[in-house]
This record gives sequence, structure tokens and C-alpha cells, in this order.
Amino acid sequence: MTISVGMTVNGKSVSGKVEARTLLVQFLREHLGMTGTHVGCDTSQCGACVVHVDGKSVKSCTLLAVQAEGAKVLTIEGLAESADKLHPMQEAFRENHALQCGFCTPGMVMSAIDMVKRHDYKLDEATVRRELEGNLCRCTGYHNIVKAILAAAPAMKSAGV
Amino acid sequence: MYDFAYHRPKSLADAVGLLKGKPEARVMSGGMTLIPTLKQRLAKPSDVVDLGGIKELAGIKVEGNNVVIGAMTRHAEVATSAEVKRVIAALAHLAGHIGDPQVRNRGTIGGSIANNDPAADYPAAVVALNATVTTNTGKHTADGFFKGLFETALGDGELITSVSFPKAEKAAYMKFPNPASRYAMVGVFVAKTAGGVRVAVTGAGSSVFRVKAMEDALAKNFSSAAIKDIKIPADGLNSDIHGSAEYRAHLVGVMARRAVDAANK
Amino acid sequence: MTAATGIGARVLRTEDKRFLTGTGRYVDDLPLARATYAYFLRSPHAHAKIKSIDTSAAKKMPGIVSIFTGKDLVDAKVGGLICGWVVKDKHGQPHKAPPHPIMAVDTVRYVGDTVAMVVANSHDEAKDAAESIKVDYDVKPANIDLAKALDKGAVEVHAEAPGNLVYDWEIGVKADVDAAFAKAAHVTKLDLINNRLIPNAMEPRAAAADYDKGTGNYTLWSTSQNPHVLRLILSAFVLGIPEHKLRVIAPDVGGGFGSKIFCYADETMVCWAASRVGRPIKWTAERSESFMTDCHGRDHVTHAELALDKDGKFLAVKVATIANMGAYLSTFSTAVPTYLYATLLAGQYTTPLIYANVRAALTHTAPVDAYRGAGRPEATFVIESLVSKAAAEMKMDAAELRRKNFIPSNAFPYQTPVALQYDSGNYPPIIDEAMKIADYKGFEARRAEAKSRGKLRGIGFSSYIEACGLGPSRVIGQLGGGVGQWESAQIKFNPTGNVQVLTGAHSHGQSHETTFAQIVSDKLGVPMEQIEVVHGDTATTPFGMGSYGSRSLAVGGSAIMKASDKIIAKGKKIAAHLMEASVADVVFEQGTFKVAGTDKAVPLGAAVFAAYVPHNYPLEELEPGMDENAFYDPSNFVYPAGTQICEVEIDPDTGEVEVVAHTAVDDFGNIINPMIVDGQVHGGIVQGVGQALMENAVYDKATGQLVSGSYMDYTMPRADNVPSFKLGNKVTPCPHNPLGVKGCGEAGAIAAPAAVMNAVHNALAPLGVKHVEMPATPLNVWQSIQGARHAVAE
Repeated sequence: MTISVGMTVNGKSVSGKVEARTLLVQFLREHLGMTGTHVGCDTSQCGACVVHVDGKSVKSCTLLAVQAEGAKVLTIEGLAESADKLHPMQEAFRENHALQCGFCTPGMVMSAIDMVKRHDYKLDEATVRRELEGNLCRCTGYHNIVKAILAAAPAMKSAGV
Repeated sequence: MYDFAYHRPKSLADAVGLLKGKPEARVMSGGMTLIPTLKQRLAKPSDVVDLGGIKELAGIKVEGNNVVIGAMTRHAEVATSAEVKRVIAALAHLAGHIGDPQVRNRGTIGGSIANNDPAADYPAAVVALNATVTTNTGKHTADGFFKGLFETALGDGELITSVSFPKAEKAAYMKFPNPASRYAMVGVFVAKTAGGVRVAVTGAGSSVFRVKAMEDALAKNFSSAAIKDIKIPADGLNSDIHGSAEYRAHLVGVMARRAVDAANK
Repeated sequence: MTAATGIGARVLRTEDKRFLTGTGRYVDDLPLARATYAYFLRSPHAHAKIKSIDTSAAKKMPGIVSIFTGKDLVDAKVGGLICGWVVKDKHGQPHKAPPHPIMAVDTVRYVGDTVAMVVANSHDEAKDAAESIKVDYDVKPANIDLAKALDKGAVEVHAEAPGNLVYDWEIGVKADVDAAFAKAAHVTKLDLINNRLIPNAMEPRAAAADYDKGTGNYTLWSTSQNPHVLRLILSAFVLGIPEHKLRVIAPDVGGGFGSKIFCYADETMVCWAASRVGRPIKWTAERSESFMTDCHGRDHVTHAELALDKDGKFLAVKVATIANMGAYLSTFSTAVPTYLYATLLAGQYTTPLIYANVRAALTHTAPVDAYRGAGRPEATFVIESLVSKAAAEMKMDAAELRRKNFIPSNAFPYQTPVALQYDSGNYPPIIDEAMKIADYKGFEARRAEAKSRGKLRGIGFSSYIEACGLGPSRVIGQLGGGVGQWESAQIKFNPTGNVQVLTGAHSHGQSHETTFAQIVSDKLGVPMEQIEVVHGDTATTPFGMGSYGSRSLAVGGSAIMKASDKIIAKGKKIAAHLMEASVADVVFEQGTFKVAGTDKAVPLGAAVFAAYVPHNYPLEELEPGMDENAFYDPSNFVYPAGTQICEVEIDPDTGEVEVVAHTAVDDFGNIINPMIVDGQVHGGIVQGVGQALMENAVYDKATGQLVSGSYMDYTMPRADNVPSFKLGNKVTPCPHNPLGVKGCGEAGAIAAPAAVMNAVHNALAPLGVKHVEMPATPLNVWQSIQGARHAVAE
């Protein structure tokens, strides 16, 4: 059964024809060609697919595209202001070597931005580690990811994002 | 997954209507259990009725001595609700430890208790607090609601609309997570309400159960010392690579004592 | 030397820009026009005969393009998958090499074994049709338990390997070792399991293939760590497609850890079928599929003994190991528990006599092959567990016993009794530094404080050494390896002065685009932004052996140094001509050719331009162009070494183990980029902690079902399972490669399991717990404590 679906992705209106069973991550990757959001597992645990839907971080592999009808979706591709101006979280990941193979990174960054905002830009190491429960990384050992998120929180606050 | 017909009704009445005469239809609340199930092709519903568009089903209210939580209220809302924290902090704590932050933004209390996964957290709270489950056709008591493995008292076309929790004088939830899934290997909710003391255990058996011996002991003396010698039999408890039945039986005691200590803080 | 972007500098990564903005290109991201999608039907049984496969209903379903089974490959006379390392057993006979068909023909031998490939217009349609394929299985008993796999009467996996024995291999002289044990004042014994792991790189394996009818050329995109090696195997051994007609591209790859080295059935099928289907084919493993079919790691059962004199000097070591190969021999499998394992049993110590016997066994489980560390974690776990146990038994301090036996710094090069010759090292300062960082002195006070909170605190050491930087080709050939292990580099300048550095290594997280550029920037004085490191495409890069075994820097980086030398040598000739000086008087410093004692100077860029526009140029003696390549074959392995110290707190009521601190001090020789090196150590430590405390690939002993088939049951380390780490660094440069570097990619994973488990044992010793098997899960620890309590009560 094909359904027409429309939503805003990274500020742009998009639409497409999907099946009811099409996942949001499939809509993003296959219909919109936005392959920055990744699929790493099939049990909704790895977090590589995390995006923001109406301001909330969700696993796009566990949401039907039709459930995002009319929603505002933010993905990794929509974070940087321009090619030269990265979001403070992206910048912090870079400065702290918080990524190696890059596969978990989009979901990790999206989860990280969400946690900073929910904690009103005030985080400590224990909180960051707990809030990363839904994001697996096999390369970095998390050490630098935690450093990056702790560094990004005040930077995000100053930048007003 | 297999394809299906998708519906997003705007009212409860519409939802109930959509389910009539469709024995293969499934209801979707948060989707955090249903969608993974469908992805694994473990179910092949003809229709999926998404309750996410029914605004009247979500929300948290304090009514007298009760906290009433709408069935479609997300775990994240319960975890951060000022009202829930004020009236039954242990419930907010429980909700804040379900899944991970992304799951908590979507998963709902109604979905959790309607599914009755043996390792879900909410059933322990419902039973320990002696909550009332309200549906579109009536009410269920906590003790009458959870029937067995993935089985509840809900009838065909019966949808949970809200769960009402009485205020607790003392309450706490202690969960020992499965290291891999982080579901409850053993979760114990201990509560002292106007109705008395209840100890409800999830994760350890095929469905939530109460431990009468602990309830009796705590009713006399609400302290972890009062239950330190009470042992749960291992028979009938779950056993897998993460926890044998004996280990779970042991953890019930440990988590119960820690819950009582936390409730007394 | 240390410019802001040169060797030794903390340069931020070039690759980050695309990974952070979601513009990386992993295999599944590739847009291929008119692509079809492949889905593999896999065996649900650990052991069964295939009586028939009926694809007739499936073929008629919507969107189906083709369906292939093992029989199609037999009819097309396609070869099988290979094992590329011939191990000779203790009688000099080559190991038993049962056939490994790409898709099962008459027998399936593990849950996940490939039975059919469905190619359809969409993934869902392929999967729908796969469900309609009727396979008539005659289910047979399965051989799952490794400890019993070689026993008489065990179910046979392949007729070609009687009794499931692939080889019975040994190193060392048993009689000499037995004699030393007979005279020893103390013998420490250990029976241990090195638990089976599933690598779980975050990107599942994937492949895509396209066949160009006009040229007869195949293109295969694969998540491979070694595209040229994959191409060679497919061409020469499996599919017969000539190498020059097969292009293999490994684009961005999301982690490998060894699991993406091997030539797998699925990518082979995707390649083979591309010409038969006539449209591109894409395939990506589902995670549960990865669990079943990625090569698993480790899986040893070992009995080990250490003989000491009365003062704690190590006299001898003997080890007997049964190593699981799984149901089929994967590409490097046979080498891992032999040449990458037993040759490390000297550790950092002067133990003069070592004997190891390794028997490789087949079981009805997924093939087992290299996984981060590949044999060296297993060796380190054996030795470091023995040493700490011996220390406890002889009531000596764990650090002191190690120190007593370290190879002294003036003993290098040091010939071990197990073939390897360590080239350099200085171990005492490493353990000193580790103990200082870990505040070893303060431990007993911390233990007492933890006890007051009802927790058991323990501390554990792991002083590892490993052999990596694979490797000297002649040695590898002598040991049975089927390929060389040199590496290639091409430094290709463009007329406008920017440069491409092409390498046969491959980065799937190792940061070569940054570190290799640093080397060239440092050596040739070219700014980083004018350097592009290219890897992963057999059409553009020189033939290389890929990345694994911590070899990219030591071998690949050395090839880059050699190619750089050639650039400088050529540039000197060009500059001499331009400066009208003699070549002997030309020096090259900071990107400029100079004549010493004059102010004559020719920047490298000018020499490059002259090489491409050779108007004022010594054409009679020198060819135009500035494009040099080099191949580097190392003369030895490299030997990074270090000490890790782990501190744990155990909750005796639940058995939960918390890692409260973890220190690692490593000697990786010279450091190119300390930030990258630290990152490798962090990641390796967490994989090691995962092995020690959480991860376990479990098959049901009766049915052979993979019980730990998803993240719901296979415990991956999460951020809240580990602390931040404290690292330190010592340097003894490698004397035999131009960079003086030793590999750092696997060290963390090699050392950590022993450090963690020694800490666990140290914590539980007061309760009388003698042995806890890996992984020390809460259940396992609690049961060990209960067992000790009952033993005391008895």
C-alpha cells in the first residue's frame, strides 16, 4: 500500500511515496538519498540511526516514515551552518578525536546534542556515559566521545544553539 | 517487515472502530516493541492502528491522592514530570530507566503494560502501587490485570486509556538489568500506600508476581533487616545465559532489600 | 622536525569533515542505478543434509530477478573459498583442508551457512521470496562443544578431517621443557578458556557489484580491509575472473577489527552473479546476519603451566590449546592459534624453555579467524594469568615477580625460544610509569575503603608484548603463509605541486588519511591541505596487502618513507640542474633544495613543475615526471610492549564487576600522531574489557543455535561500562624501519583481558575464589563466589 508522506527535513519540505512499512531511516536514505543516517543493527540498540523528530531524539529505524508525517526532522546533514562552519558538537568531536571509522558518529552526535539540551548545558562525566546508553561505538572506547560532549556543552551554550 | 494497512485515528472511538472485525490488526502505542517485532517478521498484522494521533490519551494529572497517567504518555514525560516526582518519585525513577533516551521519547506506559513483557518495568509499579488500569470499556485492578507471559486481562477491542497510581508513603524500584538488553533481569518495586505494603517482582518469572512473605514482614517492620532472611524459591523462575533461576531468586532478595533501603531514605 | 603538522604532532583529522557531516560513502550508501538487491537464505540448522531445494514458487514472486543455489555454482564450475595459510603439523604434514563451497551443496554445517541467494528489485521482495524457498533438510546431530570436539565418537564436521582435527601442531622441545618442570621449585597450573567473540564492527558487512558488458569488467565494492587481497583470491582461486578485469573498491568502511579481512561467500556471490543478472547487485548484512556469518574470534580451551625456581625466576612454560576453527577454514584461520599465538609465549620475560601444542578443531559453528589481536590476546592472557597466579601462590608482589623476569634492556635484539627475535625494548620503566600513574602504592588503602562500603576491590597487571607489522615475507612464506606481507606506496605529484599519496593499506578508522599525510608533509615539506591520501581502490592504488595486524604504519608508512626518499633523490637532481650545482652539494630541508653555503634555493614545488614542464631540465639523464613508488618488505615484525593495570570493584551480592580505573603505558616506538595512538589504545582497551567482562558468543550445545544472536543477548560494552583511561608512553624506536615505529592498533585489546581478569581474581581471592572464567559476568562471578563459600563450608 503506497502512502504519500510529507515532512520537513533539515528545514526543507520534502515528500515522497512510501509503503506503510517503510521506516523513517529508509525514507531518509533511499528516498531522499540522505545517507548520513546509518543502520547498524536490527534490535533498536546501536543508535547509529538517531535523528531528531520535532525536537526529540529518536531511533529512525524504529519509526515508520508515515509516523513522521508533518514533523520537523533534523539529521546529521542539517547541523552545520555551512561547509566551513560546523555545529559546536561536530567541532568538539573533531577537536577531541571522538570518531574513528565514523559509522556510529551521526547518531552519536545527534544523541549528544539532545542530551546537552535536556540537561540545560550542564553535564558531568557520569551523566554523559549514562545518557549514551543507546549509542554503541566499537572504535573509540568512548573516552574521547565523553570528552567531546563535555567540551561541547559550554560551547553550545555560548553559541546559543 | 511484511506490509500492512496503516491507520492513524484522531479519536479513541475511531481507533476502536478500526479494530472491529479485524482479528489480525495490531495496535501501536510507542512502537518500541511492535516495530522491532515487525522488522524481525515475527508478526504479520493486516492493519496497524497507530494511537499516536489521539491527543486525549496522553498526559499526566494529579487527581486527589492519585497520579493519573494517560496510556500514550511517553516514558520521558513520566520520568521528568514534576507531578510524578512529587507524588511518587519512584515511578519517575522507574520510567527514567526504561530503555535508553531515544526509546524513552517514544515508548508509552499503555504499550508497556498491554504487552506485558516479562522483563518490562511498569508491571512491577502497577502491582506494587495497586494501580487501577482504566480502559475504554471499564477498569481493571492491578492484581487482576497481568495474567501470564505476554498476556493481560484486556479483551478484544479493549484499549487502555489511563493508569491511576495512588500516592505512596514510601516507594522505591530497584532494577538489576540484563547486561546486554538492559531489560530487567530482576526488578523489585516496593511500596507502602494507604492500602498496605506490596512487593512486586518483574523480570524473574513469566509475569510480574508479588512476594507475600516479604509483604507480611515489611508490614510489621518496613526495613531491609525485616526481610533479610526471606528466600524466594528458584522453581519456575526464568533462566538464560545471563542469569540462572537460582541467581534470579537471589537477586530478588538483594533488590528487595535495596528497594526498601531506598524507600526509607 | 616537529612542525605543527609533521611527525609527532597532534594533527586533527582530514577524514572527520565527511564523517561528521554525514557525507561519508559506505558501501550501502552507494547509489547504483537500476540496482537489484540480494538476500541470502541461510541454514537454520547447525548440521543437516540438504535433500532438495525448491525455488519454483519463490521465482514466481513479485520483483524477483534471479535465484541461485550451490548447485548453480557446481554447474558453472566455480571454485570454493580458500584458506591461505598452510600450517604443517608436528609430523611435517600440511593441515587438513576440507572444501569450503561458496554456497552449500549437499550439507550445511553451521547456523548461518549460505544456502541460496535471491536477487530482486527490492530488499523486501527478495526477503519475501526467500521465505518461499522450500529446503528439505535432514537434520543431523551437531558438534558444538569445543572441549569435546576432538574426542573419539564426536560428530564429524568434514570427512576430509577425521576426528575433526585440522592439525596437531607444536613449537619447542617438549622433553627439554618437561625436564625443567621436573626440577622446578614451584609449578603454577591453569586451565582457562579464551571466550569466543563476535567482532561487531558498527557497519555490517556489505557488498555491491556491477558488470560492464561492453568491456567485460567487473566492479566489486566491498567492506574489505584489503581490496587487492580480495581481488587476488577471487581471481586466482575462486571465480577465475582475471585480476585486470576485476576492480575491487573498499570505500569508507565502518570498522573491521579483522572481520573484514576475509573473502566471504556473500560478497563472492554478489560479484559472480553481477554478470548473470545484468544489473548491479547490492547487499548489506542485517545485524543478526552479521552475528551468524562474520568470522568469530578467539575460542580456545587451554591448559598452561609455569615452572619457577624458589626465587620466582621463570624456568619454563608449557601450553596445550585446542583452538576452534568453526565449520570451515577461513582465509587466515590456521595461522592465528599457531604463528600468531604460540610465538608470543615468552612475553616480556627471559623464560628459556617453552613448549606449546595446539590442536585445531572443526565444530558446527561459524568460521573463526583473526579478531583484533588475533592470537596475541590469547597468548598474553595465558602468560599474564599464569604470572599473576604464580605471584599469588608464592606470596610475591605481582609487579615484583614480573620485574624479576623482564628481558633486560641491554639484551636486545633478544632471541626468544619461540622463533621471534624481539628487536628493541625496555620494560622496567614502563611498569614503573604504569604503577605511578595507577597509584599502585595507594591500592591497599583503596581496597580497605571499598571493603567498608561492602565492595571487593582488586588490582591486576598485564605486561604484554606482541608481534605485529606483518611482516617479513620470507618468514611468512616459511611458516606457510600464501602471500607476501610487504606494502606499497606511490607518491604522485601534480604539476601545480599538490600530491596524491596512494597506499596499499586501507583505513577503516585508523586515520591514515591524516597520519600518512603527516609523514609526507614532514618529509617533503608539503602543507597538509595539498596532500591527499588515496586508498581502497585497486584501479588507482598500487597493489597492497591491506590493513590488519597493526601493519599500516610500520610497513605502509615505511613504504611511504622509501617513496619519499625517491622523490627527494630525483628532486635533488632536478634542483642541481636548475641551480647549476653538483648533486652532491644539494641538501633538502623543510621542503626546499639548497646548496649549502650559498643562498641558492629551489622549492620542491618548483622542481615538481620543472619535472612536468621540462624546458630547463636534464632530459638526457632524467625522465620527466615526479611520481615515485616503493614497495617495502620489513626485515622483522615489530614488537610494541607495555603494561596495563586495571582496578575493579566487585559487588559480592550481585557479582557485578565495575572497572574503576584502567592505566596503560605503551612503547609504540616513535609516535606519528599521539592523539590517534591514544584513540587506538582506548578502543582496544574497551574491546578487551568487553571480552573479560561481557562478551560471549554462545551456541546451544544441543542444537547449535546461536543463542547470543543479537545485541539483546550479546553484551557490547557501552559508555557506562568503562571509565576514562590513563595513558602513558615510553619510546624505544624500532631499529629496522625508517620511521622507528611499532604498531599500536591492537595493543589495547591484547593486554586488557588479562589486566581485568587478574584484578577480578585479586578482588575475589579473600573469599577463596580460585578461578573465574571469562567473561566474568555478574552471574559467573556470583556463582564463583557461591562455589568458594560451599568449598569453605565443606
